[in-house]
Amino acid sequence: MRQDRLIGCAAAAVLAVLPLVFDNPYTLSVVILTLLYAYLALSWNIIGGIAGQLSLGHAAYFGIGGYTSTYLFLTYGLSPWLGMLAGAVLASAAAALIGLPCFRLRGAYFALATLAAAVILRVIVENSHELLGGPRGMEVRLLHDAPWYFQHTRKEFYYAVVVALVAVALFANYAVLRSRFGYYLTAIRNDEEAALALGVNARRCKLQAAVLSAALTAVGGTFYAQYVLFISPDKVFGGHLSVQIAVICIIGGRGTLWGPALGALLLLPAEEVARFVTGGAPGAAMMLYGLLLMVVIRFEPRGLIALARRATGCRAAPRAGVEVA
Amino acid sequence: MLEIDHVSSGYGDVRVLHRVALSVEEGEIVSIVGANGAGKTTLIRTIMGTLPATAGEVRFRGERLSGLPPHAVARRGMAQVMEGRRLFPHMSVEENLLVGGDILRDPARSRRLLDWVYGMFPRLRERRRQLARSFSGGEQQMLAIGRALMTAPRLLLLDEPSIGLAPVVVKEIFARIPDINAEGVTILLVEQDVRRSLKLSARGYVIEQGRVVLNGTSAELLANDGLKAAYLGQ
Repeated sequence: MRQDRLIGCAAAAVLAVLPLVFDNPYTLSVVILTLLYAYLALSWNIIGGIAGQLSLGHAAYFGIGGYTSTYLFLTYGLSPWLGMLAGAVLASAAAALIGLPCFRLRGAYFALATLAAAVILRVIVENSHELLGGPRGMEVRLLHDAPWYFQHTRKEFYYAVVVALVAVALFANYAVLRSRFGYYLTAIRNDEEAALALGVNARRCKLQAAVLSAALTAVGGTFYAQYVLFISPDKVFGGHLSVQIAVICIIGGRGTLWGPALGALLLLPAEEVARFVTGGAPGAAMMLYGLLLMVVIRFEPRGLIALARRATGCRAAPRAGVEVA
Repeated sequence: MLEIDHVSSGYGDVRVLHRVALSVEEGEIVSIVGANGAGKTTLIRTIMGTLPATAGEVRFRGERLSGLPPHAVARRGMAQVMEGRRLFPHMSVEENLLVGGDILRDPARSRRLLDWVYGMFPRLRERRRQLARSFSGGEQQMLAIGRALMTAPRLLLLDEPSIGLAPVVVKEIFARIPDINAEGVTILLVEQDVRRSLKLSARGYVIEQGRVVLNGTSAELLANDGLKAAYLGQ
C-alpha cells in the first residue's frame, strides 16, 4: 500500500500543474471529461469490479443525478450542490430497488436486467414532457460566475471540482478494498456460494456496494449537468454511457485501485484522436472501444493495470485483478 | 444435534432426495456413503439452505432451519467444506481463512482460531501469503477445511474431502478428522471412499438414488454383504 501512496502523490502533483500546461479551453475540456470518466469508472468499480457484478445500467444513476439537481434548481432555485446530494440519495434508492430483484440473477442475466432498468428509466424521462422536458431535455439556467450555484465561466473551476471528485472516488475504493466489507465483496466475486457457506450475507453486501456505487455515479451526473449546462435523456440515460463506463473500468483493470483511472486516461484521449482522424464519423468511438476491449480480454483479461505491473515489476496485491468470466 | 426429518429436495422438476431421514448427535462422526449421483451433495446443500427442501424439515440444535438462507445457517454454527474446495483464488491463504473467521467479528478469537488451524495444518502457515490458486490439490483441501473451521463451527459438513487427491494426501487429511472431532466439533462426513470413511466414523448411512437404504454402526455396515458387494468389491 506504500506503492499506492507514492502513485497517489505523483498523480496529485501532475494534476496540480496540468491546467498550467493545458491552458487552451479545448485541451482543458478533454482533460476534464477524461477525469469525469475516471471518476465514473471508479464509482462503477465498487459494484462491477470489486464485487464482480457486471452492471450495464449505470447511466440510470448518472441520469438521476443530473436530472434531480437540474429539476430542483429550475423549479425551486435550489443550489445544485444540494441537488447533487438529493440526486445521490435518489440514486441510492433506485439502486436498492433495482438491486433487490436483480441480485437474484447471476452473470449475463444480471447484466441484462440492469441494462433493461436503465432503458425503462430513459423511456419514462423521455415521456415526461411537462416535468422533465421530454426528449428535448433541460437547460440549466445561466448564472455565469456563481460558484455557490455550481457554475462558472472558467473551466478551471470545473477542473478543480472534478479533481476533488476523483480523489473522493479513489479514497472510497481504497477504503473498501482495505476493509472487511472489501474482503466480503472479493469473496462474493470469487465464489458466492462458498462465501454464503462461510456466513457472508452476500445479498446485503452486494446491495450496499450497489448503493455506494450509484450514489457516487449520481454525483457525476450533477457535475455533467453543471458543466455542459444541458441534459437530455439520450446523453445522460443512454445505453452508450452505461457501456462506456463499464468498458473503461474493464480495460483498465476491474477490482483494482488504479485500473479504472488508467482506463479513462488512455481511452478518452484515444477517443478524441479517433474523432479527429475520422472527421467525426459516428460510431468511431464505439468501434475503438470494442476493438480495445477484444484485444485486452484476449491478451490480459485483468486489464492494462496488470500489464503496467508486469512492465514495472511491481507485484500485484493478492486481491487486485479479476478474470472477466 | 442435527435432525433431517423426511426431507425431499431437487432441482426444478427433478426430485433428487426422497424423504431422507437421519440424525447426528453432538460429538459424533457420522458417515454418509453412496455412489456418484446418489444425492450426497444435494443433501449437504439442502441442509445448508443453498437448496430449499420441498418437503420435510431440517432441525439444528433444536431450531428449524427451513427457509433460512445459507449465511444465516452458517452463523448458527454449521460449516460446510464444499465439494471441489471452492476457494477464493484471488485471495492469499490467510485472507481465505479470515473470510471464514470474520463472521465472529472478534479479532482475538479469530487470532486464536487462526493459530488452531495453523497448528493443525502447518503447511498453511508456511505459505500464508501465497495465492490460494497456486496450491496443490491436497493443500487446497487443507485450506478449505481450515477456512470452515475458522467459523468455529459446532457441526462440520465435509463433502467428499478425498475427491481428486492422491491416496497419501487423503491419508494425511483423514488423519486430521479425529483431531478436529476431539476439539468438540461434530462431523458429518460425506464420502465415496466407503471403507476409509466408515473406519473413521461410529455410525453411517448408505444413500442410493436419493433414499437412505441402510444405516447402522460402521462395524455393521462394513460387515453387510450387500454393501460389501456394491462398494467394497468383495
